[in-house]
Amino acid sequence: MSVSASPAPTFAPAAAAATVPPALEARRLTLDYTTDAGTVRAVDSVDLTVAEGERLVLLGPSGCGKSTILKALAGFIPATSGSILVRGKPVTGPGPDRLVVFQEFDQLLPWKTVRDNVAFPLRVARKVSRAEANARAEAALARVGLTRALDAFPHALSGGMKQRAAIARALAADPDVLLMDEPFAALDALTRRQLQEDLLALAEELKFTLVFVTHAIDEAVLIGTSLHLLSPHPGRTLATRDTAHFGLADVGSPAFESLTREVHGLLFDKAAHV
Amino acid sequence: MSELDLGAATGLHRRTVRGSLSPARLWRHTGVRRLVILAGLAAIWQVAALWQNNPLLFPTFTDTALAFIEAARSEGMLWSALASVFVLLKGYAIAIVLALVLVSGAVAIPFVRDVLQTLTAMFNPLPAIALLPLAMMWLGLGEKALLLVLVHSVLWPFALAALSGFEQVPETQRLVGRNYGLRGPSYVVRILLPAALPSILSGLKIGWAFAWRTLIAAELVFGVSSSQGGLGWFIYRSRNELLTDRVFAGLACVILIGLVVEMVIFRFIERRTVLRWGLQR
Ligand SMILES: Nc1ncnc2c1ncn2[C@@H]1O[C@H](COP(=O)(O)OP(=O)(O)OP(=O)(O)O)[C@@H](O)[C@H]1O
Ligand SMILES: [Mg+2]
Repeated sequence: MSVSASPAPTFAPAAAAATVPPALEARRLTLDYTTDAGTVRAVDSVDLTVAEGERLVLLGPSGCGKSTILKALAGFIPATSGSILVRGKPVTGPGPDRLVVFQEFDQLLPWKTVRDNVAFPLRVARKVSRAEANARAEAALARVGLTRALDAFPHALSGGMKQRAAIARALAADPDVLLMDEPFAALDALTRRQLQEDLLALAEELKFTLVFVTHAIDEAVLIGTSLHLLSPHPGRTLATRDTAHFGLADVGSPAFESLTREVHGLLFDKAAHV
Repeated sequence: MSELDLGAATGLHRRTVRGSLSPARLWRHTGVRRLVILAGLAAIWQVAALWQNNPLLFPTFTDTALAFIEAARSEGMLWSALASVFVLLKGYAIAIVLALVLVSGAVAIPFVRDVLQTLTAMFNPLPAIALLPLAMMWLGLGEKALLLVLVHSVLWPFALAALSGFEQVPETQRLVGRNYGLRGPSYVVRILLPAALPSILSGLKIGWAFAWRTLIAAELVFGVSSSQGGLGWFIYRSRNELLTDRVFAGLACVILIGLVVEMVIFRFIERRTVLRWGLQR
């Protein structure tokens, strides 16, 4: 594998902490759900490190705990054990330094126009003045091609436009880490590809730090700079891969296909590889 | 100017659709349709009353309209109506505030939720007017007793609607609010309240209808000994004097106020909020 291509900080947290801590780090993260039937372990001792400007993709079969990890990173659910650090500081709850883009179309607040939806987190979380918040919202919406829909209410947007607006909302607030939970999963194939391309272009331009959850292997290889494979229930780290060298032009190339096939093998018949 | 240009540019057909006086366009206006329905009902009333020919029991529409104007002018019917509305608003406001406090508690604390659900299940089926004798024994014959039954009539149905509204707020929108670091009151005001507005508004409408009914009924029952005398009392007095057209005028006044609140005030709020946001059709 291309392990040698990875920069040092990923493998030397102690040394990194002395200089610049990674944007996001999870150490031996274990997550349980308490239900009437008892305690369910969803995620078991997962380590993650996301350096500044990196895009980590969590990939695994349905029910393996991807959303659970993301919710923990966002601070919505507490860790049973282990820790989560943002720029070296422990996460104690949700906060605007980690903005989430969800899969659901109803994540835009229906009582606000598209512009106000994007300006809202700037106003409440970043305490930006109304004029500046609006200006930044309009700029972010222009980036995702939604200038036409500034004054529309969310119910009048298509699914793809809603997800674009949600991405613009997260981008505008300039968080330390962007968290996305299958943001394109409910879209048709054409729109999904378009949004993947647009997201990649934005990532190239803005160099944001991203944790992206998906269960589509090609999407994972395309979007991420590194891949984190999870085993089914409870989620454990299966393998990690560096995918930084794959871009849009590589989709369908032999290297892309062979990695896709290898990941597929790792996820669905572990025995053949272990 | 530009409207005319547009009409000219797109031809005759477009102009007939856009023209403000075209019947088709007027018909699409809800207010116009409602007025036509009301006019139709008035016509049926008039014909039926003329045919019955018994003004003492069933006055015509025109007689009622005249009595309405007369009563409004010299009998102080509108003042009675105003007195009723004033008491009603007081009780309504107290009930809404109480309900919101209870519901906030219920949203935050599971035990309070159980308490509230038990209370609504107990008191919702109990007609407010059935509390009146008790209210009169406790609080005497006055506004306080009226307020007690009013609050009872609004509190439970509104609390039930508001609670279910809060509970139905989509999980994603809750997470979005928390994601921005919103908590406590600002989370409630900025996320839960607007998201629950459809249910809250329908609770307000139900509460209003219950309050209005309860108040008029309560005034009818003990208006005799009440000093201020609202619309119910006006109706009761007119009946005692066998002024049937005036009884009808009083009833028309009750209906009109109800209609105005429902179709003008609530409709206006809905059009500005839940309809505009696509939360309600
Ligand atoms: N609220 C909950 N209460 C109890 N168990 C839960 C809860 N949410 C998730 N789980 C369990 O935790 C495990 C992981 O769920 P999670 O939603 O993280 O999966 P996922 O990897 O995101 O799957 P998908 O790809 O289908 O979205 C599942 O087995 C699920 O049954
Ligand atoms: Mg999921």
